[in-house]
Amino acid sequence: MSELNRKGEVWIFAEVDGTKVSDVPLELMSKGTELAKTLDVPLAAVLVGKNVSRLADTLVAYGADRVYLVEHAGLAHYQTASYNHVLCRMIERFKPQIVLFGATAIGRDLAPTVASAMKCGLTADCTDLQIGNHTEPGESAPHTNLLHQIRPAFGGNIIATIVNFDRWPQMATVREGVMPMGTPDANRKGQVIAVDADMDGFDLPLEIIETHRRAKKVNLKAARIIVAGGAGVGSRENFKLLWDLAGVLGAAVGGSRAAVDLGYVDHDHQVGQTGTTVRPALYIACGISGAVQHRAGMQESAKILAINSDREAPIFSIAHYGIVGDFTQVLPRMIKAIRSGASVEAAVKA
Amino acid sequence: MGFNCVVCVKQVPDTKRITANAMKDDGTVNRAALPAIFNPEDMHALEEALAIRDQHGGTVTVVTMGLPTACDVLRESLFRGADRAILITDRRAAASDTLATSYILSCAVKKLNPDIVFCGRQAIDGDTAQTGPQLAQKLGFTLITYVENISEVGLNRIVAKRNVGNGWEVVAAALPVCVTVMDTANSPRPQAAKRIMKFKKARSKAEVAKAITDAAAAEAACGELAGKGLLIDTWTLDDIAADLAWCGRNGSPTKVHKIQSVVLTGGEYKEYPNSDAGVAELVGSLISEHTIG
Repeated sequence: MSELNRKGEVWIFAEVDGTKVSDVPLELMSKGTELAKTLDVPLAAVLVGKNVSRLADTLVAYGADRVYLVEHAGLAHYQTASYNHVLCRMIERFKPQIVLFGATAIGRDLAPTVASAMKCGLTADCTDLQIGNHTEPGESAPHTNLLHQIRPAFGGNIIATIVNFDRWPQMATVREGVMPMGTPDANRKGQVIAVDADMDGFDLPLEIIETHRRAKKVNLKAARIIVAGGAGVGSRENFKLLWDLAGVLGAAVGGSRAAVDLGYVDHDHQVGQTGTTVRPALYIACGISGAVQHRAGMQESAKILAINSDREAPIFSIAHYGIVGDFTQVLPRMIKAIRSGASVEAAVKA
Repeated sequence: MGFNCVVCVKQVPDTKRITANAMKDDGTVNRAALPAIFNPEDMHALEEALAIRDQHGGTVTVVTMGLPTACDVLRESLFRGADRAILITDRRAAASDTLATSYILSCAVKKLNPDIVFCGRQAIDGDTAQTGPQLAQKLGFTLITYVENISEVGLNRIVAKRNVGNGWEVVAAALPVCVTVMDTANSPRPQAAKRIMKFKKARSKAEVAKAITDAAAAEAACGELAGKGLLIDTWTLDDIAADLAWCGRNGSPTKVHKIQSVVLTGGEYKEYPNSDAGVAELVGSLISEHTIG
């Protein structure tokens, strides 16, 4: 727990994924820039690893004013204990006011242990961050310029805004894909500050026996259109219709957790709270009832088309377009309409 | 050999099965109407511990922090094979965030001096996945998150497979460790009929006190239960020597600024008939607004 340092920087933990910076810290840069600007403090990225200095330019291009570079052979592979050690020493030394992590497997492992060691608060899986005030019940004066940490809770049924006004730094993890990635500017200038890892004599508690990395087969986050199916699709064979429509549209195929659990589509395709969060231009939901956990992962889509035989399905309440009917009839009609000139004629008439 | 295993479990509202009955007229969820269940991933943490005990010997102690009603998950743990169950309950622990919760749990777990602490990866009410890692940090135990398989436990060594999202890794560590277990790790064993017969009568002090108002009679009933091995241990913050500055609301740095209920609201919505013409019209408007094409 460090004192409130109003001059403290906004930090983003720059998680490294193989040979590049992971997506979430880059997504966080735009939001971090906004927060740092409001607070009138620099935005800094914390880059930890072995031979990672060449990634500093990327972080600057995406908005970092400073990059703290911590390199050591013992940091080549992520381990909770070593990264916790590095982060805690740095927080004690530089006293940032805000520290943000991606809510990735690593971020959700590291951030809680850092918060525990620093005895400060941490909010998991934020979907938005803002600067604002907070008045405690029974107190008259507000705590000003705090990080409002906004997250879904209770299975997505409520949205909670969390603050941390007396034990800093204010820490949060942010879900992948919920903040749009900015455009890098290769001409941006930033300062790279090498920091001693202070790892001499540090015993790594884990022996990494085997690692296996698996590239995702589909990049749902980058898709402009997603055709997704749920339990209502009924079978892996029926799912083929979704693949056909996706092929015609140049779209990616997604699935609800139910569809994945039933084996209709592979886990890489899962959209929702436990899968990928997406925000495409068009989300076509076929046979998806729209449980909160699924909605949490797709409700930011620009347009949602719901196709479901159950008029009462909750998905219709967030949809922009709807067809109440059997998707095995609707999808072939859509494919036909897209392929034929009829749709263009309809467009002209409309 | 035998290992001293401690499993931390939580009773949670069943947020995954929200039915129409649990919805209020304004479209928000009536939390009180949700059934209280054994947090799903904690069940897998328990199974992992039971499997290790069955193979190597030792004991499995289940710990929960909550209201006396949380004894339901302790009894369920006993039905499935746990050797001992402990309830940590104290009004001063109310409104604890993950930092305070992990502190309180660490005070209790230290008393049990375990070799391996098991937690579910996350609970379905908060979905934070923070308490397990924070408990490990407070205990000074090596943390192994997202465990899918424990392939080896031996004298001072554990080998586990972790699911790291974009792949997996196998790690080894010296004991003691704290592991967080994924729902893909195992299939929890069913409740054993014989154990249900025995442990359905297990009660905590608070439950006995609620049923028997006369203090002396309640005391006697507790003594009788203890004699049969059916008294669920109840620990207060005093029993685990917790520093109150780190417990409950005072010990929780995170404060709720605002809660908004999610209301299902439709914005502009247009429905098209399921016919060739209807679908063509829909596709036409998607093209004309440049959503597709």
